[in-house]
Amino acid sequence: MPDTAAQIVDPNALRAEGVSRHYQMGGALVRAVDGISLAIRRGEFVALLGSSGSGKSTLLNLMAGLDRPTSGAILAHEKNLGEMTSEELARHRSHTVGMVFQAFNLLPRMTLAENIELPLRLAEVARAERPGRVNEAIRRVRLEKRATHRPAELSGGEQQRAALARALVNRPTILLADEPTGNLDSATGDEIMALLREINESGVTIVMVTHEQPRADKYAHRTIVLKDGKIAASGDRP
Amino acid sequence: MKLRDLTELAARNLREAVLRNLLTTLGIAVGVASLVAMLSLGVGLQNMATERLSRSGLFNAIYVTPQSAARRFGEASFTPDNAARHPLDEEARKAIEHLPNVLEAYPEIRFTTEIRFENKPYMTMVAGVPQSSRGNASFDGMTGAFFSGPEANEAILQIEFAKQLASQPDSLIGKQIVLRYGERQALPAQASAKGSADAGLPAGFSVIPREARLRIVGIVETEPGGFGGFGRGRVLIPLARAETLRAAQGSDLRELVRGSSARAAYENLTVRVADATDVKAAEGSIKDMGFAAFSLLDAAHNLSIVFVVFDLLLGIFGSLALVVASLGIINTLVMAILERRREIGVLKALGAADRDVKRLFFAEAGVMGLIGGIAGVFGGWLIGRALAFGTNIYLHRRGLGSANISAVPWWIVIGAIAFAVAVSLIAGMYPASRAAQLNPVEALRYE
Repeated sequence: MPDTAAQIVDPNALRAEGVSRHYQMGGALVRAVDGISLAIRRGEFVALLGSSGSGKSTLLNLMAGLDRPTSGAILAHEKNLGEMTSEELARHRSHTVGMVFQAFNLLPRMTLAENIELPLRLAEVARAERPGRVNEAIRRVRLEKRATHRPAELSGGEQQRAALARALVNRPTILLADEPTGNLDSATGDEIMALLREINESGVTIVMVTHEQPRADKYAHRTIVLKDGKIAASGDRP
Repeated sequence: MKLRDLTELAARNLREAVLRNLLTTLGIAVGVASLVAMLSLGVGLQNMATERLSRSGLFNAIYVTPQSAARRFGEASFTPDNAARHPLDEEARKAIEHLPNVLEAYPEIRFTTEIRFENKPYMTMVAGVPQSSRGNASFDGMTGAFFSGPEANEAILQIEFAKQLASQPDSLIGKQIVLRYGERQALPAQASAKGSADAGLPAGFSVIPREARLRIVGIVETEPGGFGGFGRGRVLIPLARAETLRAAQGSDLRELVRGSSARAAYENLTVRVADATDVKAAEGSIKDMGFAAFSLLDAAHNLSIVFVVFDLLLGIFGSLALVVASLGIINTLVMAILERRREIGVLKALGAADRDVKRLFFAEAGVMGLIGGIAGVFGGWLIGRALAFGTNIYLHRRGLGSANISAVPWWIVIGAIAFAVAVSLIAGMYPASRAAQLNPVEALRYE
């Protein structure tokens, strides 16, 4: 069934059904994610909160298709990621989701524009179409004057904005952000959060991992608190 | 990912660790250069041998005799009768010349006679030389010039004979010698047979003394000749001119005594074909015409087998360096995986499939192989030229003329580059599949 049809039928962008991810660490079994079920509606902005090791990044990686659950299912627009081949998962990461990381993860030898073009290369977007798409993404994060700079020449906030542009260039429906303000000062962090809200308002579903409760409360529609791989609390923004 | 994007990213990655990748590429280039230099020597020596042998006229020539002349013991078909049925005469020569790929058929004309120079007589062997032998290696570096035309009244002297005529052989160029010989003239059949006890025997011939004045145009160091060939004479004259002399030869008397024919018949013919590969077919056709034929084709075939084995051995030794270079590629790419672990994780997070990561590393190995291959071919060519240059200096010092011992034909160029790319891709297989199998979550955590 085409994506658009699935999206019309299903109001959820992402759904977890009893999903677990266990690791064997030496003799011990680590239950990073342990039987979580949740649904994230299309256009929703959800913050995953929790202390270090609570399983929030693992859950995000499962939603991204970077990892596979030990049991249960993760569904993106009603498609079970666990049943996808590695090629299909790569396509899911390329077309359905965009990712940003705490460490920005821009490739240091490429300019900002080249970094943003990278997902277009991977998605085999026609060359003629790429400059327009790159410029559109750069405009969206307001980095027009920095297009030819390398990451080392940008501030932390600019690097995270560039990473956001890279995540959005393939026009994904879901944005997964892993501690996007973790490496930024408070003011710059607020700038990024404002940008995330703007992106969310354009219709992109956002799942953000953070340990900053006040920021989550301020910007997210809903917060989910994880503890020991389970949902400890969940609540809509007041 | 599309090939152009892959290549661009691979080239960018290679530029990043430029020194290490340059050294690895240099390793490939050295390997390819050694391979190309070895093969270029093998091919060069083969070309030299082939050229010299083909210019000797040995391998594109067929030696034809009447069957009676072929001393093949025990074969009943070789009888004078048979020879009489198939005389090797002018008619047969023309028929042979009309066979496919036959360039010419010429008789061996050679007779011992008297030469007069400055009124002094010298006995020597005179031989007819076809105009086509102008390119024969024996005439390389000759003093003077080759015959100006097929029927020119000119002579080329072999140096030992020239030394008998003058202490300074070079001074003979342009001077005249007088050739004194016996011309064969056929007698009418009735003149010898009518009313005598010899009736029924074929007609004979008379020998008339003649003279011909010839201008010395050249002096050769070696005596040209050999298998089925012209020459083996001390005074060489144009073959067509020699034929017009109708000089009586030893074979005339033998044929007369055998009673085979009063017609002028050849003792043998040398048939030259366009290429050594044409020899077999032409030899078969000549045999079908009822003549004995012999060529050195088998010897040439064995020679080419020797060179193929020689080239193979040189290629194997040359390839060893390339195999060592391939270990450098593996090392470089494995190091690159360690350094670019996080980058591989990012690529996967952005949508790169395992296949894309694998192809990226493959492309990097391929680009190194391609650049190394091109540089190596150039290096190998330079080594070959340097060896040829050194060899020529050595040969010149020993007064042996020059020789081109190195050749890099197009198939070596294409083959060596393709081989370098193939070896590089094979070397890149392990690192590429290792990179593709990296867990993206772990790779993204890597610092």
